[in-house]
Amino acid sequence: MALTGSQILLESLKLEGVDTVFGYPGGAVINIYDDLYESSINHVLTRHEQAAVHAADGYARCTGKVGVAIATSGPGATNTVTGIATAYMDSIPMVIITGQVPTPLIGNDAFQEADMCGITRPCTKHNFLVKDIKDLAKTLKEAFYIARTGRPGPVLVDLPKDVQVATHEFSYPESVSLRGYKPTYSGNSRQIEKAAQMLLAARKPVLYVGGGVTLSSADSELLKLVEQTRIPVTTTLMAMAAFPQRHPLALGMLGMHGTFYANMAVTECDLLIAVGARFDDRVTGRIDSFAEKAKVIHVDIDPTSIRKNVEVDLPIVGDLKDVLGKLHGRLNQKPELVEDMVENTSEWRSMIDEWKERHPMTYRSAKSTIKPQFVIEKIAELTNDDAIITTEVGQHQMWTAQFFPFRQARTFLTSGGLGTMGFGLPSALGAQVAFPDRQVIDISGDGSFQMNSQELATLVQYKLPVKIAILNNNYLGMVRQWQQMFFDKRYSQTVMELPIDFIKLAEAYGATGLQATKVDEVEATIKKALETPGPVLMNFKVSREENVLPMVPAGKAIHEMVLAS
Amino acid sequence: MKHTISVLVENEFGVLSRISGLFSGRGFNIESLSVAPTMDADTSRMTLVTRGDNRILEQITKQLNKLISTIKVVDFTDEEYIERELAMIKVSTDGDSRAEALRIVDIFRAKVIDVTPKSYTIEITGAPAKINGILELLRPMGIKEVVRSGPVVIGRGAKGALA
Repeated sequence: MALTGSQILLESLKLEGVDTVFGYPGGAVINIYDDLYESSINHVLTRHEQAAVHAADGYARCTGKVGVAIATSGPGATNTVTGIATAYMDSIPMVIITGQVPTPLIGNDAFQEADMCGITRPCTKHNFLVKDIKDLAKTLKEAFYIARTGRPGPVLVDLPKDVQVATHEFSYPESVSLRGYKPTYSGNSRQIEKAAQMLLAARKPVLYVGGGVTLSSADSELLKLVEQTRIPVTTTLMAMAAFPQRHPLALGMLGMHGTFYANMAVTECDLLIAVGARFDDRVTGRIDSFAEKAKVIHVDIDPTSIRKNVEVDLPIVGDLKDVLGKLHGRLNQKPELVEDMVENTSEWRSMIDEWKERHPMTYRSAKSTIKPQFVIEKIAELTNDDAIITTEVGQHQMWTAQFFPFRQARTFLTSGGLGTMGFGLPSALGAQVAFPDRQVIDISGDGSFQMNSQELATLVQYKLPVKIAILNNNYLGMVRQWQQMFFDKRYSQTVMELPIDFIKLAEAYGATGLQATKVDEVEATIKKALETPGPVLMNFKVSREENVLPMVPAGKAIHEMVLAS
Repeated sequence: MKHTISVLVENEFGVLSRISGLFSGRGFNIESLSVAPTMDADTSRMTLVTRGDNRILEQITKQLNKLISTIKVVDFTDEEYIERELAMIKVSTDGDSRAEALRIVDIFRAKVIDVTPKSYTIEITGAPAKINGILELLRPMGIKEVVRSGPVVIGRGAKGALA
């Protein structure tokens, strides 16, 4: 049957299993929206195209499915760029559909024209401009395939208006064959055997786990390997929820705001097993002293991640689920050797326990002012650690990583690589759409919140009961912290002078606003928010000049931490 | 160290900017780049010359391979290969220097492809070092313009390296 381009798009989305898309209409996608009017696909109208992409991103992060966002040409499309770059840095599978001016007008500086393939080339895994209706179904099939396979990432499909209107026989390809794209899933068995030998020989091993574990759904394989070998685990920001943080072998986060014991363990270890992590500068600190006593095993599905920042003794390219599963299987065949290894590493675990005792993850509690860390601990307690948590970017994000004891993969959605303020609210929106019955909470700062606060309208319109906790210090806190520590307290443009009435703001959108200014109001406020139906904004007036500690100053080695006193 | 890399890519819209964007975005250097379709109209071959230590070269080849449009990447540096570049050189000539220019053309097995009373345009093919050589000798006469293609390479022996 002959269908129009926009019908082909919607039929293809259905065949890809897409039931929900996030977007914002406009002239160059009006045909798609006309077909959506009667479609079974659920469309969520955000209040900004950037938020539509973050929402699709949040949806993808908590479900593992490909997130889909739609925007019109020109400004609609350029508004998606921050969202796309955010997803790209964190390897999130997404397909972004942008309208484009009709093909005969491309290059003419037509109204609302922007070269989206050019603009998004460095921040997409791949992108397509569909110039001919004949290529549309095949392109969409390839876009979804590229987005979700290998190291996942966002793929943009730019769809000119005349292609949306043109008609063509619809047949969706069954398979994809791209001669230039064949990701390696199965880890080389000789390399895995070598890894097993290195593990068995280690006296001070540490697992350094990144977001790849979540992307590959390898969290249960990781847990099995840890239970088997008793190797301590430190996680990056992207992997905090991929390993249960209350586990006795969990060391928490490493790097710039990592725990004392995680950073010491990495500094002193003799074997570093990096899985699905990429040795980001916020993790490594001064690179030449990062794990300098250790041999390094690096497992990643993306060969470019390996040896990009550090030398590696044993590279293994493959899917983490496959590699960790096989490694566990191999070690299972050598129970005596594994037992010896666990025995031989017990001294190492005691050393780490001593570090944990000497400098636990802590903060100075106060009776007179609300400590932001206290709010996070209370949220964890009152949600039984079981909520889906999103964050914006800054101090509140680091405190959440430090103090929320995550216990289940895909429950911590945060912009790790790009560090995008304004990510938390729309990604919470996307998560709540994916899981209407789960508790979704955006832990926010007063600065970040205002970067996409218009999404309160979307929450109210779709009755999405997201709870927002603003840790309000009336500062751009993380920059202020740097200015305090390294710039003589010259708080240049980080003081948010205007005291915003967030309660009124919430109410203006039809949401509920709550506020806590005293320590003893915190628990009641959170309880009230959790009990109140619909979206609720909680404004916590927190201790203004609280710092995120430990902190490794830029350019220092990660054992050179400024610690909480 | 200098490396000559041959990249077989899908002959499609935007592929050149994907490659050049990769180099500029990641701070890799491109000394020269030449592009043309192969026998198969669906693929193009790019020959590029770049510099860097082993770690940078490893990243360059991996990043090139990572592009969806890239079919195959060969770093010729460690292989036996033949390298050729074409140059067209416009040189001022008058009186004595006209005969001298022709002698140089002869020695380098180059060709004169255009003549005016005051100039020769010379075509030369060879390894980049040979082209540098003739330029050195012609320079005193006054070179008005040089157009170089950038080198292309092919592996020695009967086997095709790329496809």
